[in-house]
Amino acid sequence: MGEINRMSAKILVFSTEKISDPAIDMAGLMKLHYPPTVYTISIPCSSGIKPSWILHAFEKGFDGVFIAADGSDCVYGETCTEKTGALVGKTHELMKSNNIDPARLRMAAICSVCSEPFVKQIRSFNEYLLKTLHA
Amino acid sequence: MKKKKIGVYICHCGGNISDYVDVEKVRQAVEGEDIVFLAKTTMFACSDANQREMVNDIEANGLTSVVVASCSPKLHLLTFRNVTQRANLNKYTYVHANIREQASWAHSDNKIGATEKAIHLVKAAIAKANYAEALETNKVKALKSVAVIGAGVAGMKAAISLSNKECEVVLIEKEPFVGGRVSQWDSLSTTTETGKEIVNRLYNDLITRENITICTNSEVISNKGSVGNFTLKIKKTPRYISTSFHPEDLKKAIEVCPVEVPDEFNFRLTPRKAIYKNYPGEYPQTPVIDLKNCTRCGACEKVCPAVNFSEEEDIIEISVGSVLMATGFDPYTPAYGEFGYATSENVITLPQFKRLIDEQSDTLVYKGKAIQNIAYIYCVGSRQAKGDNTYCSRNCCTSTIHAALTAKNKFPDINNFHFNRGLRTYGKQEILYADSLRSGDIYLQSYEDGLPTVTIEGKKTIVKINDILTNGKEIEVEADLVVLVTGMVPRADNKVGTLFKLPKGRDKFYNEIHMKLRPVETVIDGVTIAGACQGPKNIAESVNSALSAATKSYSIISKGELESEPLVATIDPDRCTWCGACEAACPFDAIMKSEKEGKIIAAINNAVCKGCGMCAPVCEPDAINVTACSSTEIMSMIDALV
Repeated sequence: MGEINRMSAKILVFSTEKISDPAIDMAGLMKLHYPPTVYTISIPCSSGIKPSWILHAFEKGFDGVFIAADGSDCVYGETCTEKTGALVGKTHELMKSNNIDPARLRMAAICSVCSEPFVKQIRSFNEYLLKTLHA
Repeated sequence: MKKKKIGVYICHCGGNISDYVDVEKVRQAVEGEDIVFLAKTTMFACSDANQREMVNDIEANGLTSVVVASCSPKLHLLTFRNVTQRANLNKYTYVHANIREQASWAHSDNKIGATEKAIHLVKAAIAKANYAEALETNKVKALKSVAVIGAGVAGMKAAISLSNKECEVVLIEKEPFVGGRVSQWDSLSTTTETGKEIVNRLYNDLITRENITICTNSEVISNKGSVGNFTLKIKKTPRYISTSFHPEDLKKAIEVCPVEVPDEFNFRLTPRKAIYKNYPGEYPQTPVIDLKNCTRCGACEKVCPAVNFSEEEDIIEISVGSVLMATGFDPYTPAYGEFGYATSENVITLPQFKRLIDEQSDTLVYKGKAIQNIAYIYCVGSRQAKGDNTYCSRNCCTSTIHAALTAKNKFPDINNFHFNRGLRTYGKQEILYADSLRSGDIYLQSYEDGLPTVTIEGKKTIVKINDILTNGKEIEVEADLVVLVTGMVPRADNKVGTLFKLPKGRDKFYNEIHMKLRPVETVIDGVTIAGACQGPKNIAESVNSALSAATKSYSIISKGELESEPLVATIDPDRCTWCGACEAACPFDAIMKSEKEGKIIAAINNAVCKGCGMCAPVCEPDAINVTACSSTEIMSMIDALV
């Protein structure tokens, strides 16, 4: 990886096709920069993420996983927030039992116009990961 | 699994991608992948020529999947799915990689990083394509009705266009009267028809149509559902006057009303009563009582039996297949002291000036003083070097010249001085500029770093400029009236945009998906935008976009059904032990208990399942996957991204 990327943590983002994807796209459109080692996988709904995917990402070498959750905007219903929260809680427990710092999994509701909040969250997460994993 | 033969196309997007991402390096990084049969770069993947080449490649080489690395899938996913279909390949074998919004643009500060990221994103797409299966689309019902929000000229024109297409239309206007900004203008350029006449013509057309419902004084307060079936709640505020009124009684009621508030229709130049109509011929014809300012003194009730304060607010619910947003703009309000605004009594804005010349005859008078010299200061609130509004408001140069000419025709003694920053009377509007020059108007010009100044010297208002057209010579005009040429800004009240989560661009107006290729669609499926809510537009441009948005909204729902992605949950019968957790998690009741070969397992009702995947994480034996989003696909993408 190039010289310029040494100070970036490797972050996997689970983003949703209808809600947070547009926000992340618009961050690019607005040239709101964030580390280039942040990779997005699009899924229909944040409450459909399996804990095993997150653990697989850590196992393969990702420093952090960020869930750009639908929140109350979810097109599949109001229970999304609660269910996404539940799967994050469950994954945190699994991470603890695997000696992985639970703070390496972060979640925030990112609506379709939340480009700036997304970039802010990612920059802050990157800083945390660099401080705790690469200091 | 049969080995895939994948074709990969990496787009330059002109230079949008290749200025920051080394696309040849990306191509070289993926061409050696075992399942990649061919890898090419292309200047514009979406061009006809490239699409034809893709079809040829698929057919000639028997490709089983295609990956295009280009812009956001919101823009061209469908384009490339259609390409694969034209080559007789199932469209769901196509996989898109977004290396523009999420690589080249997001990391334009870091070309090495952007290229590395693009390589990983393309590799992840190839990994997903390796598992992509041929699927058939599902069909869902779409309501053949459209809600048009905003009954200005764009909304009215869109409603009429939709009505012609035999589509049910609900036209919703927050204000008590239709017409929006256009109803505020008397004289318009390139037509002898006034703004009011245009609005009246459109309204008279609207009310003859049985498939249009007009709701004035009405506001959308909630939105549920999605494309094909939006459910909107509309709050209707009463007018407090019954429709069966006697005009003379109402005239008396307005006369006796003791309340006077600044009249927003005349941009606060004049007062109006709490019971009012903006102008006599305004539609709907029933006046309204502004309850926020009404003191409930009862004077109007005594002289007009039609006044009825017992009318109550109403909430109605409607269901529509698509929503067309035409909520317009606000004129820019100058800051306190900006070119003497609010600190000098001789300084007004362009909208105020237009109302002033419309309202007066014989002699132009402002605040009791006859006006002779008028100084127009351009680009106030537009093209700001310091400020949020860096954009050009497009319409104001022409509008000012038109207003200045109208004023001169009406009041021949006036002199017009235009303090501009370069005129933008594009297209046929240039004729007005030529007319203005012939009529003797004086044009003085500056750059953004040498703006004109307005100073008050005793009773005089002096406008000074170092005019670049005369080699920077300082020129001053003693102005009787200074008109600040204010541009358009987004609506301050954006509640309805927030309800629909409509994205805004850097200028804070609503943002289209693509300014050239999808100019009236938004990222919210089924919601289109028209008129000046999208950005500054003149009337003709607003109407153009309204007709375009109406056609697009209708095209979404015209078949009465929509194709939905065939993404549904699937059950692995060997793993499922029927615990019921998935049934409880499903918000659509799409999962039920069933028996298969003597074993009780979960079964999915594909007609009801939406493919959200909420059932998958709660399944302890990991027996559930969602089509095109299975654990195998996601994990293979993760492997490729590391």
